[in-house]
Amino acid sequence: MTSGSLLQALAQALQTRTIRVIDLTQTLSPDFPTISLPPELGQAWPFRIEEISHYDERGPGQYWNNFSCSEHTGTHLDAPAHWISGRHLPHNTVDTLDVQQLLAPACVIDCSAAAAKDPDYLLSVEDILAFESKHGRIPAGAWLLMRTDWSKRSDAVAYQNFDETGQHTPGPGTDAVRFLVEERDVLGFGSEVIGTDAGQGYHLKPPYPCHSLMHGAGKLGLQCLTNLDLLPPTGALILTPPLKILKGSGSPLRVLALVETQR
Amino acid sequence: MTPPVFPRKNPVLRTQRMNLPPMGRGRVAHGLTRAAAVGDHLELQVCEECGAVQYPPRDACGTCLSPELDWRKQSPCGELLSVATLHHSNHLYFRERLPWRIGVVRLDTGPTVIAFLTESVVPPRAAGGAERTRVQVLLRLDRAGQAVLVAQPIEELNMNLKDKLQMETGCSPRGRKILVTDGKTAVGQAIVHALLDAGADTVWVGFSEPWKRGEEIARLRDVPGVEAVALDLTDARSVAALGGELGGKVDIVVSNAEVHRTESISSRPGTDSARAEMEVNYFGLLRLAQAFGPALKGRAADGPGHAVAWVNLLSVFALSNLPSQGTFSASKAAAWSLSQGLRAEMLPHGIRVLNVFPGPIDDEWNQNVPPPKLSAGALAGAMVRALTDGVEDLYPGEVAQEWFARWKDNHKALERELVAGGL
Repeated sequence: MTSGSLLQALAQALQTRTIRVIDLTQTLSPDFPTISLPPELGQAWPFRIEEISHYDERGPGQYWNNFSCSEHTGTHLDAPAHWISGRHLPHNTVDTLDVQQLLAPACVIDCSAAAAKDPDYLLSVEDILAFESKHGRIPAGAWLLMRTDWSKRSDAVAYQNFDETGQHTPGPGTDAVRFLVEERDVLGFGSEVIGTDAGQGYHLKPPYPCHSLMHGAGKLGLQCLTNLDLLPPTGALILTPPLKILKGSGSPLRVLALVETQR
Repeated sequence: MTPPVFPRKNPVLRTQRMNLPPMGRGRVAHGLTRAAAVGDHLELQVCEECGAVQYPPRDACGTCLSPELDWRKQSPCGELLSVATLHHSNHLYFRERLPWRIGVVRLDTGPTVIAFLTESVVPPRAAGGAERTRVQVLLRLDRAGQAVLVAQPIEELNMNLKDKLQMETGCSPRGRKILVTDGKTAVGQAIVHALLDAGADTVWVGFSEPWKRGEEIARLRDVPGVEAVALDLTDARSVAALGGELGGKVDIVVSNAEVHRTESISSRPGTDSARAEMEVNYFGLLRLAQAFGPALKGRAADGPGHAVAWVNLLSVFALSNLPSQGTFSASKAAAWSLSQGLRAEMLPHGIRVLNVFPGPIDDEWNQNVPPPKLSAGALAGAMVRALTDGVEDLYPGEVAQEWFARWKDNHKALERELVAGGL
């Protein structure tokens, strides 16, 4: 094999669509919710956009906008420094992350049936072992993506799913997080809901185990993903480069998956 | 279903434009404007030297020529001496509203004034005789925002809502289509109910972030006359979209959405909560004014159910910064300043801008503020009364009244008193 032939093969596969590119990203829109905390705490800004000019008196030849949002708005990546448990790790912010890991394999565990029955569904170690018995061991350095079809809830009220006890959205249980970190050494955990932790994750031990344990071990998080139902259980590669924000704790990003089509 | 108060517009006819009543007033005459802006109590100049009550406003006493004239509240009572009915006028405003009744009234305090007469005023049969016609003379703002005197029967508590002078000097919600920008707060809900109780035709009530506190907007959904509409004042596209949809239909805009945090300069690092306050309280008002202002201005004479008013929920802390709520006060001061700009743009088109300056409202963010606190219902009731009376600046409740008086008397004293803490 000559030098570069791997990439040439990839380029050809992309051209012939034997490898397809799937967008796992929600549109950055003012209507898309952000995580809701008690109002006396600091809040993540939602996405906002205002015109600079629109071929008008403010700029006759140009259409362009200013936008604002937090590092954790829309489909976004959490770097280890986002959580206090990851604050002293090296390369823990988006500008210093090892870029080699930003194209990585993904394992997709389908919890959509369970999440449809129970919005507070917690991914368990048994779910992970059952997945592995069918699809093989989760490789070190892979993303673990939890498919819940939550992104199909296009109504923001159903997506956020609040009642007077807070948010009810699925996520990983503490044991599953510990297993993924300690036994499988995953790259990170990805979810379709507003955060990597379950809506009631505050009441788990430790609180918000996916944030606390994953980031404490230098792992990454992806949230507000969509189209996970278009991915195979294994075999997809996902591309997750965040904006290079100086000392950024995370970043909105375009998440793309490369998937081999079945012939 | 009750029939609408105002007949439907014929869409093939040209929308009538506003011709304003006479605008010219000398500086001294604006003493009447100042009094009319906050209520309908009659205020006139009184000579410090000889005690003569003056009318019209002037620079020197009409009796003794002393320049020491002081504006004081006056008894509104007087006797109607004569009545004239105009059937012709070259002034466009009056020409479109003829006939117009004018009377000469001798106030009990001395001066004789010329006043507009409500339809309920009966002409005197024998002046000075046994059947004298007693009237009360009120100060009201006309469609140009200028003070005018209106006489009504002395026993009449409120002007008839259908009276031409009430329609020309007040902004009653009766029969109007109204936008209330935030229905999720207790104040917003109380305003909606007060407007409906006052006969509003339709109240569109805005809500943002529907995933939070959804039950509060759900409570309004089934109320007849109320329509919930998505509106987030921090989102330029949301405001512009609603403006496009409703702009030409809204007769009164009630800008009540606010972010209220209780932070001083030093109580919290950073600017995030201050920015959230500004984003709604100031920039939100600016976005709203850009989206709804033009259509409102264009409909100020659009038939009997024309557009009438714009209401801003400000705060008495806009006048002087309450240090313990310093960033909130600053955002309301910014909104107050902008509202004056809005008034300057609205007034030449005949749209009233009513600014409401409450003291602390009895809400979750004032939990730690000792009473007296203004209830949502009291605030809403006062707002609707002020709208009906055509008032321009409302200081509802005792705290607001007291603050306004202290500020007017000596704003530096109020500043120093606030250094010591408390209200």
